[in-house]
Amino acid sequence: MDEIFDDIERWLASGQKVAVARVVDIEGSGPRDPGAAMAVNDCGEVAGSVSGGCVEGAVVGEAIELLEGRRPAGITSFGYSDDEAFAVGLTCGGTIHLFIEELNW
Amino acid sequence: MVTPIYERFRDSIRSEVPVALATLVEGPNVGAKLLVEESGFSLGSLGGEELDRVVSRDAVAMLEAGTSEVRHYGPQGEARQHDISVFIECHARRPHLVIFGAVDFTRALASQGKLLGFRVTVCDAREVFATHRRFPMADEVVVDWPDRLLARIGDDLGPRDAVCVLTHDAKFDVPAIMGALPTRVGYLGAMGSRQTHEKRVQRLLEEGVTTRELERVKSPIGLDIGGRTPEETAVSIVAEIIALRTGHAAPSLSDAKGSIH
Repeated sequence: MDEIFDDIERWLASGQKVAVARVVDIEGSGPRDPGAAMAVNDCGEVAGSVSGGCVEGAVVGEAIELLEGRRPAGITSFGYSDDEAFAVGLTCGGTIHLFIEELNW
Repeated sequence: MVTPIYERFRDSIRSEVPVALATLVEGPNVGAKLLVEESGFSLGSLGGEELDRVVSRDAVAMLEAGTSEVRHYGPQGEARQHDISVFIECHARRPHLVIFGAVDFTRALASQGKLLGFRVTVCDAREVFATHRRFPMADEVVVDWPDRLLARIGDDLGPRDAVCVLTHDAKFDVPAIMGALPTRVGYLGAMGSRQTHEKRVQRLLEEGVTTRELERVKSPIGLDIGGRTPEETAVSIVAEIIALRTGHAAPSLSDAKGSIH
C-alpha cells in the first residue's frame, strides 16, 4: 500500500471520500500478490493497481458504487475472461479476489 | 474520517516499522480491523477478545515470514472452522542482503538488491575500497572483517535474507562463510570459479567445517545463464536467491559442471 499513501492523504485532506481495493487471494495465475492495493476517490481518480491493468476499470466502477452507498464493503472476484465469458477479467487464466471498502477506519 | 488505526498503519509503513493489518472480510462485522505489531501490541478489534488474541498470534508469525493471506476461523478464533475470514496483510522488515567484498561485482549486485527491495550492506576490511562514494546505492558500507560483522548481526539474519561472498580471497572468504554458516540466513553464495571453490572448500574443511554444512554454500554463485559482466552476474545471483526462496527448479551453476561462462 505504501505507494498510494501520498495520493490518499491528498484526497482526504481535500475532503474527498476514498475507497480501497486490496487483493486478498488469487487462484491460478494472477499478476499481483495478496496485499496489492488501489485507491479510488469519489471523483474516480485512481492510485495504485491490483492487476496488470485487466480489472482496474471495473474496480473503479465498484468503488464509486460503494462510495455512493449502492453496494456494501465486501469481496468482489474477477475470473478468466475471453469472448465467451465475462467482459472483464484476467487474461492470464486466474481468479482474483478483491476486498473493497471505504477508507473510514 | 480516518482513525488511529489507519494513522498508525500508514506511519509504520512509511517509517518501515513491521506491521500487520487484519481485516475481517467475511462473517459478522465485515471491515473490522485489528492492527498488530511484532511485539504483539495491537490496536482495534475484529469483534471478540478470543478472536483478536488468535489473529494477533497468527499475524506476529506471518510478519516474520513476510506473507499476506486470508485465514479462516470460528467465532471465537477456533482453527479449522470457516465462519470468519480474515485477510492478514503483512508489511515485514525488508530482507537483508549482506555482500562481502567491495569489488566491481558488488556495485552491480548492490543495485540489483535495491531493485528487489533488499536492505543492502556492503562489508570489506579494506577501508580504501569500502566507501559510500563507491557504493552510493548501499544502505550501509561497513569497514570490518566478515566474521566480526556476522558476530554482530548474525542473530538477526533469517530465511528471507541473503549473504553473498564476492571477495575471491581466502583471507576474507573463509571467515565470511564460517561466520554465515551458523546463522539462519536463507541464501549463502560465494563467488569464484570451480577451481577457486575447490581450494576454498579445502581450507574450510581444514577449519573444521563439515561437508554437510558446505552443501548450503552456492558456489560458483548464481544461475547458469552464461552471465559474464558484473551486471549479468548480479542478475544470475538475485535470480538464484529468488529461485531458492520460491523453491522453483532453476539451473544453478553449483549443480552444473564445466565452464561457468
